[in-house]
Amino acid sequence: MTGAQIIQLLQSAICFGTVIMFGAIGEILTEKSGNLNLGVPGIMYLGGIAGLAASFFYEFNNPDPNGLICLLISFGAAFLVAALGGLLYSFLTITLRANQNVTGLTLTIFGGGVANFFGGSLNTLAGGVGQISVAATSAVYRANIHNITNLGVFGQLFLSYGFMAYLAIAAAILMAWFLNRTRTGLNLRAVGENPATADAAGINVTRYKYLATCVGAGISGLGGLYYTMDYIKGTWANDGTIESLGWLAVALVIFATWRSTNAIWGSYLFGLLFWVYQYIPGLGRKDMELFKMLPYLVTILVLIAISLRKKRENQPPASLGLAYFREER
Amino acid sequence: MSQARQKKEPLLRIAKRDGISRPAAYGIRLIAVALALLVSGAFIYAVTKLNPIEVYRGIFDGAFGTKRRCWVTVRDTMMLLCIGIGLAPAFKMKFWNIGAEGQILIGGVLTAGIMRAFGSSIPTPALLLIMAAASLVGGCIWGVIPAAFKAKWNTNETLFTLMMNYVAIQITSYCVALWENPIGSNTVGIINQQTKAGWFPEVFGQAYGLNVILVMALTIGMYIYLKYSKHGYEITVVGDSVNTARYAGINVKKVTIRTMALSGAICGLAGFIAVAGSSHTISTSTAGGRGFTAIIVAWLAQFNSFVMVLISLLLVFLQKGAIQIASQFNLNDYASNIITGIILFFILGSEFFINYRVIPRGKKEGNGK
Amino acid sequence: METEVAVQLKHITKRFAKVIANDDVSLDIYKGEILSLLGENGSGKTTLMNMLAGIYFPDEGEILVNGKPVTISSPKDAFSHGIGMIHQHFKLVDVFTAAENIVLGLEDEGRLDLKAAAAKINEICKKYGFHVDPNKKIYDMSVSEKQTVEIVKVLYRGARILILDEPTAVLTPQETDRLFAVMRNMKADGKSMIIITHKLHEVMDVSDRVAVLRKGRYVGSVSTSETSPQALTDMMVGHAVTLNINRPEPKDPTPRLEVSNLTVYDAMGVKRLDQVSFTAMGGEILGIAGIAGSGQKELLESIAGLQPISPGASIRYRPIGHPDAHEGLELVGKTPLQIKQAGVSLAFVPEDRLGMGLVGSQGMTGNMLLRSYRKGRGLFTDRKSPKKLAEEVIAELDVVTPGVNFPVRRLSGGNVQKVLVGREIAQSPSVLMTAYAVRGLDINTSYTIYNLLTEQKMKGVAVVYVGEDLDVLLELCDRILVLCGGQVSGIVDARTTTKEEVGLLMTRFKKEAAQI
Repeated sequence: MTGAQIIQLLQSAICFGTVIMFGAIGEILTEKSGNLNLGVPGIMYLGGIAGLAASFFYEFNNPDPNGLICLLISFGAAFLVAALGGLLYSFLTITLRANQNVTGLTLTIFGGGVANFFGGSLNTLAGGVGQISVAATSAVYRANIHNITNLGVFGQLFLSYGFMAYLAIAAAILMAWFLNRTRTGLNLRAVGENPATADAAGINVTRYKYLATCVGAGISGLGGLYYTMDYIKGTWANDGTIESLGWLAVALVIFATWRSTNAIWGSYLFGLLFWVYQYIPGLGRKDMELFKMLPYLVTILVLIAISLRKKRENQPPASLGLAYFREER
Repeated sequence: MSQARQKKEPLLRIAKRDGISRPAAYGIRLIAVALALLVSGAFIYAVTKLNPIEVYRGIFDGAFGTKRRCWVTVRDTMMLLCIGIGLAPAFKMKFWNIGAEGQILIGGVLTAGIMRAFGSSIPTPALLLIMAAASLVGGCIWGVIPAAFKAKWNTNETLFTLMMNYVAIQITSYCVALWENPIGSNTVGIINQQTKAGWFPEVFGQAYGLNVILVMALTIGMYIYLKYSKHGYEITVVGDSVNTARYAGINVKKVTIRTMALSGAICGLAGFIAVAGSSHTISTSTAGGRGFTAIIVAWLAQFNSFVMVLISLLLVFLQKGAIQIASQFNLNDYASNIITGIILFFILGSEFFINYRVIPRGKKEGNGK
Repeated sequence: METEVAVQLKHITKRFAKVIANDDVSLDIYKGEILSLLGENGSGKTTLMNMLAGIYFPDEGEILVNGKPVTISSPKDAFSHGIGMIHQHFKLVDVFTAAENIVLGLEDEGRLDLKAAAAKINEICKKYGFHVDPNKKIYDMSVSEKQTVEIVKVLYRGARILILDEPTAVLTPQETDRLFAVMRNMKADGKSMIIITHKLHEVMDVSDRVAVLRKGRYVGSVSTSETSPQALTDMMVGHAVTLNINRPEPKDPTPRLEVSNLTVYDAMGVKRLDQVSFTAMGGEILGIAGIAGSGQKELLESIAGLQPISPGASIRYRPIGHPDAHEGLELVGKTPLQIKQAGVSLAFVPEDRLGMGLVGSQGMTGNMLLRSYRKGRGLFTDRKSPKKLAEEVIAELDVVTPGVNFPVRRLSGGNVQKVLVGREIAQSPSVLMTAYAVRGLDINTSYTIYNLLTEQKMKGVAVVYVGEDLDVLLELCDRILVLCGGQVSGIVDARTTTKEEVGLLMTRFKKEAAQI
């Protein structure tokens, strides 16, 4: 493998990792409130399509789109619509006490349906032909300073990404600070560990769960946005990739043992495993398909490893997956 | 700080119901379904501007408009039902088998492989038996692997089975590449299109008759198994409380593995039915998300096989209708997933009103029946 | 002392589904007093206090703090009125430190400053005589330490009215004394306290006034100095009850279970039982005493084949009628099914009735089936005889249920217990083990259970009774084994021992460990 190939592989790994890092950070926030949201793939779908649709309509109606507006409306729409997905999940699981797993899976079906339906039909609905494409917005997301600075290998490795790759790292660090160093973070962790205790301490459990789940969903949705805008360059593909990435994000939460800073390197590792097949010489197309199993097999191994050594600090929030109802007796 | 603030009584309060009569419970569910139909109709209206009556006529037409459509609806209902039946014992045991997709694919891949390889050498009845057996074993293995880890080390089965799906998908991709026909199409094509070797024969003159017979037999069998057999009782106890099961001398590990072997095997058989009884090809979308939808079917039916028949039919009916309308308007099939999502959200939400009462402010809490 | 009213409850009514937990209760709490709230289990004490603490909301009635009507719809509201409650089941987050738990939910300005919090915690501790390590994780703490954290938490929030829900249930007599000393310090500081308890001697010891609830209704209140335990009992139960439990002499006691060198480690690697040895005799009731979590659960579960046992242990079983015939049957290493198949009829009423022992989602028939479903050849279960058994249990133990298929999860605690006890006794056991068999039951039902156990004893069954109420242990059992920190600290004759002796044994090893 040549040096250029190594750099290329690392770059692909980081881009891939960024998508699932957003998904995982959002889900960590959600799970810290005690909600196990298996709707992450659906939420990433919603974020992706909302961002794409918003900038599509803007670009469609403005022949000369403004980059900043492109950015703002797509970013805002992605976060908002994904957060709405979280709101739907919250309403069903918190207020109506529906089963979390089943609700999450339904959200994944629903989000995937909405995204793929509009992703495939938006252009038809708007009276256009062919594939949806938002070149101007994508250009904003893909802008990087490597081309300007020209710092050689360092630039290629560290400066060649769109701003969202850095935003993901910042979000991961900020999330760790929030959860461990602030009052609100402490309260939120208490809600996920032991909601009855949090309630007795005067914490509004319902509000915390709602907020954490909605904001968490919004952050997860940014993973979908990064995927459509940067990763596949402002287009849409009905190939189910976001769904598989969404499930990897859920797996990454466990891999990172609910610590967002671990999700940074974990996500890049997943990216590396996912792309490594392209750089192994002599692989046929068939064999490549087998190699694509790697991230999933590694996740399985990590799952087994975690279940083997039961460290108290690495366990999920104690009330994860359970509904809380004060007057239960 | 100690100033006494006068606050209002909460606007709504929630209390657990003491029990609800069966008709009332079904009434609430019917209202939920009706609301879901309204919202689905509104969605279709919003994207197609089809007038509301036309929307529902269109849905009905898509599902039952012609004899062929009727049979396709029945076929797909049987498919979803079969997976739901397979998942029921696992979920009743509170084992989160999210891995039906993978189990179906493994069953399907084995079926397709055998169909391709022996289509010309083994007569169809024997071939069908071999394929069925292979798919049962394949699905069984796919279910037992996560179950064994769960039993031995309490490894999280939700994520394990989920990851197993992707392993199965990649195996399927590998086989599709291996069996590509014609070269460059990236599909396997219809297997044995000329000879129809290994295809389900027509029963009573119906192409999908055998699908119905097989799945209905499973439905009745599963109902009896869960409700009256010793194994079924053990599944109930383990699902209720693992400690109670241990207390009663039930070998929880054995029951976990045995039940997942059964669950995986039936899902594998669903793959066999999908390939030999319906599509006669294999691709990564052979399962098509039904492994997930079926979870919700089983859950909402509370593992009662016969209720599953109704829920499966309702979902497939709406999906077929939505697909029909979408294709009329040159839109894509994913509309059906949106409709599925809407209806499931409503039914999930309705369970709350079956289990709880909402008491408005000021109203005294009578004996709420 | 000035009797200024701190809190008034007026005509409070609370229902849960069809059960009336509190019925038109009116109660005053004065400043600077310790009020005992007395009542049997299920008399509505905790429910009433939970409404003061904002956990429940009353259906009817009003609450006045300092003479002003207030609405307490959340614990936060309660704190803002200076009311704090120390719950029976501690409301602490296990993976947090003491300081993190104490500042939890506070809305102070600025960022999270655990150092400042620790300083304030130490100040409170000094003032009232507690000891708390602010940086210790809750999961590393003893029960008494956890309780201290709870009290400091409430004081940290500036509570002037403290509610303690059965604070002594989990404490040793010595720890109880220490708690009472702290309570007197707080009273001297002008705080009001309500202590929920059903232990009369504690009521007499610590409180100024006693209020009594019976079946959800307020019976009245009296000054502690003007009443006696007998008068309080009458108020509590409404009519004079025989406090004496019928205890016949053991009937030809013969060794049934010989336990030796039993050592058990839990999943986290903590030693729960340490070299436990004793003999349970057929025809007698062996009581097991000890503060909560001293290894009682592990002991019973080891015998039932539900715990991994460290090497070197032996549990020998001698069947009825063959006391010396052979050396007995070894139970260590056998699964519950193997024990059963070896012909040992072991009945076991575990502490967590719905979590172990019963199938909550099934009706009584489905629960009777738990012990018999394997009977008969073939793939299918026989539901006829379990149904008959369920009907018999309903008739004999007065189980209140809408029908044999009504999920037992939805029955009341007492009825759930009857279902379990009824099924276990129906097995005609040779060993009957019960853990906290009367917890949550009213007095009459408790006596029914005592009589059932004695009846079994007279049939020659070896009865093992794990209890928490020392008075009952002393009156019901023939011998009492005392556990302390997983070790046997003594086996005493229940007829001759005293509460003080048992209380001391319950804490003996702790003291020794502290000296080392």
